[in-house]
Amino acid sequence: MTTSATFSATSAPSSASARPLLEVRDVRKTYHLPRGQTLKAVDGISLSVMPGEVLGLVGESGCGKSTLGRCLLRLTDVSSGQILFEGQDITHLSERALRPVRQRMQMVFQDSYASLNPRRRIGDLLAEPLKVHPGPDGRKRSRATIAARLHELMDLVSLPAAALDRYAHEFSGGQRQRINIARALALSPRLVVADEPVSALDVSVQAQIVNLFADLQARLGLTYVFVAHDLAVVRQISTRVAVMYLGAVVELGETDAVLHRPAHPYSAALTAAVPRPVVGAIRAAPLGGDIPSPVARPAGCRFHTRCPFVQGRCRAEEPALRRIGPSHSVACHFPLAEG
Amino acid sequence: MPAEIAPPMTAPLLDVRDLCVSFPSRGRMIPIVEHVSFTLGERDILGLVGESGSGKSVTAMALMGLIDSPGVQITGSALFRGQELVGMPQKQLRRLRGREIAMIFQDPMTAFTPVYTIGWQIDEQIRAHERLSRKQARARTVELLAEMGVPDPARTADRYPHQLSGGLRQRAMIAMALSCNPSLLIADEPTTALDVTVQAQILDLIRSLRSTYGSSVLLITHDMGVVAETCDTTLVLYSGRVAETGPTEVLFAHPGHPYTAALLASIPPLDGPRPHRLPAIAGAPPAPLERPAGCAFAPRCTYVHDTCLPAPPPPLVPTGYDPLAAPQDDATAQVSAAAPSTQPVQFAACVLPAEGTPLPPRLTYSELSAGDEADATGFPPSSFAAGEPH
Ligand SMILES: Nc1ncnc2c1ncn2[C@@H]1O[C@H](COP(=O)(O)OP(=O)(O)OP(=O)(O)O)[C@@H](O)[C@H]1O
Ligand SMILES: Nc1ncnc2c1ncn2[C@@H]1O[C@H](COP(=O)(O)OP(=O)(O)OP(=O)(O)O)[C@@H](O)[C@H]1O
Ligand code: SF4
Ligand code: SF4
Ligand SMILES: [Mg+2]
Ligand SMILES: [Mg+2]
Repeated sequence: MTTSATFSATSAPSSASARPLLEVRDVRKTYHLPRGQTLKAVDGISLSVMPGEVLGLVGESGCGKSTLGRCLLRLTDVSSGQILFEGQDITHLSERALRPVRQRMQMVFQDSYASLNPRRRIGDLLAEPLKVHPGPDGRKRSRATIAARLHELMDLVSLPAAALDRYAHEFSGGQRQRINIARALALSPRLVVADEPVSALDVSVQAQIVNLFADLQARLGLTYVFVAHDLAVVRQISTRVAVMYLGAVVELGETDAVLHRPAHPYSAALTAAVPRPVVGAIRAAPLGGDIPSPVARPAGCRFHTRCPFVQGRCRAEEPALRRIGPSHSVACHFPLAEG
Repeated sequence: MPAEIAPPMTAPLLDVRDLCVSFPSRGRMIPIVEHVSFTLGERDILGLVGESGSGKSVTAMALMGLIDSPGVQITGSALFRGQELVGMPQKQLRRLRGREIAMIFQDPMTAFTPVYTIGWQIDEQIRAHERLSRKQARARTVELLAEMGVPDPARTADRYPHQLSGGLRQRAMIAMALSCNPSLLIADEPTTALDVTVQAQILDLIRSLRSTYGSSVLLITHDMGVVAETCDTTLVLYSGRVAETGPTEVLFAHPGHPYTAALLASIPPLDGPRPHRLPAIAGAPPAPLERPAGCAFAPRCTYVHDTCLPAPPPPLVPTGYDPLAAPQDDATAQVSAAAPSTQPVQFAACVLPAEGTPLPPRLTYSELSAGDEADATGFPPSSFAAGEPH
């Protein structure tokens, strides 16, 4: 099933390259648990990401956002399906063959503390990928090239060059996240998968980092897959949004279409549940029930146990992700909006 | 939903004055919480907001007498129904906790032991305070769980904490906290670990406690959205000090402290136009030992000037007045820095109001959404900024 490739093309930035940077075809990731149980963390996802685009991945805890993010970069092997990067099928590439590809796809994680080795200077941490990977000319980078690049990176993330001589613990959470971003950018990737990169930050610092992501994207023409559970953050940064529920994408479309004119009842409930920082906002009645266990996902529509609009057909038949507009698709038998 | 802003006529349930908490470290005392004062009325919900490390939990733990670090210094006063909590003997405090004051935490696993069923643990809690048979206690437990919206409460009571979802565990913890009908519930980030759809359920539940149980709630959170939706009164902490306090409606409509205003402005809006850039606050909150002598927010404040810098930190000064006590000529002029004879209800620890240059009001929700139609989520689109252009 590759319909996603066709409809996302319409939302591509008006560039010459109409080819997706990243394509995901019916990807599944199943974990085998004790006692013969299986957990479908990613349950048949197809989507594509155009160059220069920011795809936001939202959904509640455990819906498979991080797993999908790791699959995209081959940090986890998929159980089935295909992943194409720059048109090349990387699903089964060997580690060795993957190495040159890895430079062009990087990840930024939530926990900015844990991901930085406390015993090494920031400069050494950032230099590491530059030493390991050859330069664009295929040769080992010289010391001078690396030093120049480190200064460039500090500049990109608005940290003083003096930071290179210091250790991770000397920085605040926001500064550490800047360092993580600098490290991800060291090899000039095209794609950055950011997994909850601002979730651990203080509210007042979060905005700085969100702005930094936006600036870097504009400056360097980066493409992001931006994973977050905070819808407002995702809205600020994303061109398109994919809403996930229990391992599947239930709605995919342009950011404000999905968040303001949601077609899937789950997307609608999710946006309605976010408390607004304004007094007097009337919130709709909250969604009842809990997220079902991912090992025992409901038959038919995976959302039917909590859906206020459930009907007989929903329990029997699983809705496929189908197009309802030029760049909007939804997996629901009775969508709330068309296009 | 914030209730009326009328000042409490009777003595408040909890009256905290000048609470200071310091911890010793390497031979010196680190002031973590400095001169925090607030009152909490009967059936009121007070929101204690602030960023990570601002001292929210330390404040709550100090009130509950739950800080047992060696050398900790707690000064000031906290009157609960007229009884002084600061310095109260542990034995007496223990009796108060559980019976009159209950606390719930972000992580319900800290409240429950994994080896007993949640029903058993709630039964025990009830029996510790009331003479009831095991059977009577269980009946009450099941009743409580049902009131907290736990489906199939009798069977759920027989399950172990780890067998429940996060939302159900949080409900069970609230049930346990309410089992002795406390008049004060302190909830420390009760929904932070929960998904938004489940958070919405728990916030509804917390709001309903005042009518069903007559409880007052001290709600600790870092989420301004949660405060706006849930609390009557808001207290904003910044680096261990009170930056601002006032009725939620007033404070959100017209923040009196530049930190509150900047914080509100930096939250990306979910509705309305998307700002090109977020109006971020430069820098980060100071560590307790690096806290400036004057205004703690000075290094990050766009309005900083000479008078902000010297010690002592600016005191709380009135910035907003009770709209009900003021003549209401204009519906939009909810808070007017008008007639000095009216009752002050909002206070900010900033030099600007006294210098005659208070902050402009933040655009209110009704102003922003006027004329706009509700969208599919049931929300009128809104956008807002706190005085600063974005
Ligand atoms: N290594 C693993 N073994 C078994 N199950 C796993 C493993 N990694 C993840 N899972 C399960 O897969 C599902 C998806 O997890 P994932 O971390 O991708 O969710 P998420 O959407 O990122 O959630 P969160 O918002 O909490 O980060 C969850 O049910 C999780 O428990
Ligand atoms: N027992 C202790 N001894 C020394 N310092 C402490 C102790 N408990 C807390 N602190 C310090 O007090 C400060 C405030 O902590 P507190 O837990 O109250 O923050 P908070 O506002 O609740 O933050 P969060 O949102 O992260 O929960 C922090 O700098 C913390 O390191
Ligand atoms: S298919 Fe049915 S149950 Fe599923 S989201 Fe649509 S209306 Fe709800
Ligand atoms: S006292 Fe000065 S520095 Fe502090 S908030 Fe007010 S204007 Fe800003
Ligand atoms: Mg995750
Ligand atoms: Mg805390």
